[in-house]
Amino acid sequence: MTPRAPSLIQRIEGLPIIVVFVALLLLFMYTAPQVFLAPYIYTTFLSTLPPLILLAIGLTFVIGAGEIDLSFPSIIAFSGFVFAVLFKEYNFGWVAVIAALASGLLVGFLNGWLIAKVGIPSFIATLATQFFWAGAATVLSGGKSYALFDADKAPVWRILVGRPWEGITNVIWIGEISVQAFWTTAIVLFLWLVLTRHRFGEHVLFIGDSNDVSRVVGIDVDREKIKLFSLMGLLAALAAILLTLENKNYFGNQGQGYLMTAIASVLIGGTSIFGGRATIIGTIFGCFIIGMIEAGLVASGLTGAWVRTIQGLVFLAAIVFYLYVDEPQRRSALFAKFKWKTDFG
Amino acid sequence: MPMANPAGPETRSAADFKDIVRMEGVEKFFGAIQSLRGINLSIGRNEIVGLIGDNGAGKSTLIKVMTGVLQPSAGRIFVRDKEVSLEDYSVRRAHDLSIETVYQDKSLAENQPLWRNFFIGRQITNRFGFIDIKKQKAIAREMLMTSIGFRGVGISEDSTVSQLSGGERQGIAIGRAMHFNADLIVLDEPTAALAVSEVRKVLDFVRLIKSSGRACVYIEHNLAHVHEVADRLVVLDRGALVAEISPKTMSVAELTEYLIGLQHQK
Repeated sequence: MTPRAPSLIQRIEGLPIIVVFVALLLLFMYTAPQVFLAPYIYTTFLSTLPPLILLAIGLTFVIGAGEIDLSFPSIIAFSGFVFAVLFKEYNFGWVAVIAALASGLLVGFLNGWLIAKVGIPSFIATLATQFFWAGAATVLSGGKSYALFDADKAPVWRILVGRPWEGITNVIWIGEISVQAFWTTAIVLFLWLVLTRHRFGEHVLFIGDSNDVSRVVGIDVDREKIKLFSLMGLLAALAAILLTLENKNYFGNQGQGYLMTAIASVLIGGTSIFGGRATIIGTIFGCFIIGMIEAGLVASGLTGAWVRTIQGLVFLAAIVFYLYVDEPQRRSALFAKFKWKTDFG
Repeated sequence: MPMANPAGPETRSAADFKDIVRMEGVEKFFGAIQSLRGINLSIGRNEIVGLIGDNGAGKSTLIKVMTGVLQPSAGRIFVRDKEVSLEDYSVRRAHDLSIETVYQDKSLAENQPLWRNFFIGRQITNRFGFIDIKKQKAIAREMLMTSIGFRGVGISEDSTVSQLSGGERQGIAIGRAMHFNADLIVLDEPTAALAVSEVRKVLDFVRLIKSSGRACVYIEHNLAHVHEVADRLVVLDRGALVAEISPKTMSVAELTEYLIGLQHQK
């Protein structure tokens, strides 16, 4: 008996969620053609999805390692503040960017240290630091928001979130394409390679599988966890910079809305909450779906109140689906019930 | 019997040594509790030594000291007849010296494919740390077919460990140690909680360790299993080595009687 060839689901990473995404897209094209058959909704996505995607990619690594990070909304608040104050009050451009990134890296590093060296479970550690850094941001900013007038004149703005093709052609939508999309695509591609082909990615998955096994086979679990949370902090800081620049505004709560949606995107995409299995492609499409639901529902005539309900239903459906994909015995039992198959698995 | 990689050529041609590991006067204290007393034990370069004794006798502690997990409180350790500095001796150092431990449930990651489990901790990478996946998969496939002998069982290098039975998992872990030229493989209760047919497979792998020129220390509770494969049985009782028995001189029944007798002597 030769090894059974892997099924289509196993060979194409993220296939189930890609199918769902396409189905949802077609549905919205049908119910709201005036929005979904025109380019503007998509160019808008290019400038609103990148922060969510960056956060979700970082979380893919964290959840893949069997951990969780609840503090990233506060890292967004803190790093965003660092960036905004340096950009607005001191007129720093790239220095503000580097300082903000460094602050995110530092906060992430502290998270990692608390979790790996002090030994606090990540749920508790990041819950605590989530309070601390949000508070720090409020104290330092005095609770103010920072309006960044004329931010779009700065080179930093042009390079990080600019519209490179604005006014160049007569086709308006091309001018709306944001450069954020390219940066984010490059980062996603790089991190996909790291997760699937780099030693660090492999260590993350093994740690998610079992901390004990990882130690026994020679992985420095503490060091890798610190790197992991530092990466998350860095990505959160970058998301904060993009958000602040795109909105030309900083306010302390700008990270709050992302906590649930980022985690949901990761889990909808197929990364296992138990650790050991993670997919970046799945996460990306999870982000697309979460981001698209709101626009699609409103464009189709439903009130915004429906958004959370539908997102919740999609989330549940995805989790139940993955449950059956991952457990062949359950699948066979279900099929047997409906008399679809009589062999095992 | 599938063919196995012979023991590392470098280690064999280097100095002619008698014992792969030798412990002299090794003691271990945990606070006031003495876990090992005056252990003098040598493991020959091509023998299977069964380590038996009751719970709490110190078998696990002995193994941990031998493989660098714990530092002894007193005594000396020699690897290939050369003394090792106790401060330097760690698991990583032991790996460098070709000593590996196979645990029953901690050696492999359940949800990861075999080709990753084979190379974890010693991946084939380029300068930047990116893994040569094609090469690792090819080597893993080759190992599965030849040295571990899983051809025709429906398992490939892409299968995850969760798809394997207990005996097969032990086979993978032992095969891995042999592939990386471990000269001494320590097995910590490899047949515990395994089905009878699986136990067969594990014992076959243990014999393979010897037939490929290597040494093995085998902790076991089940006297019948270890009696079958060991060249020498070493009995630990309350931290001290109390007997060395050749299995050829005692049957399993006599061995059981002897061990019970030991307990009653206290």
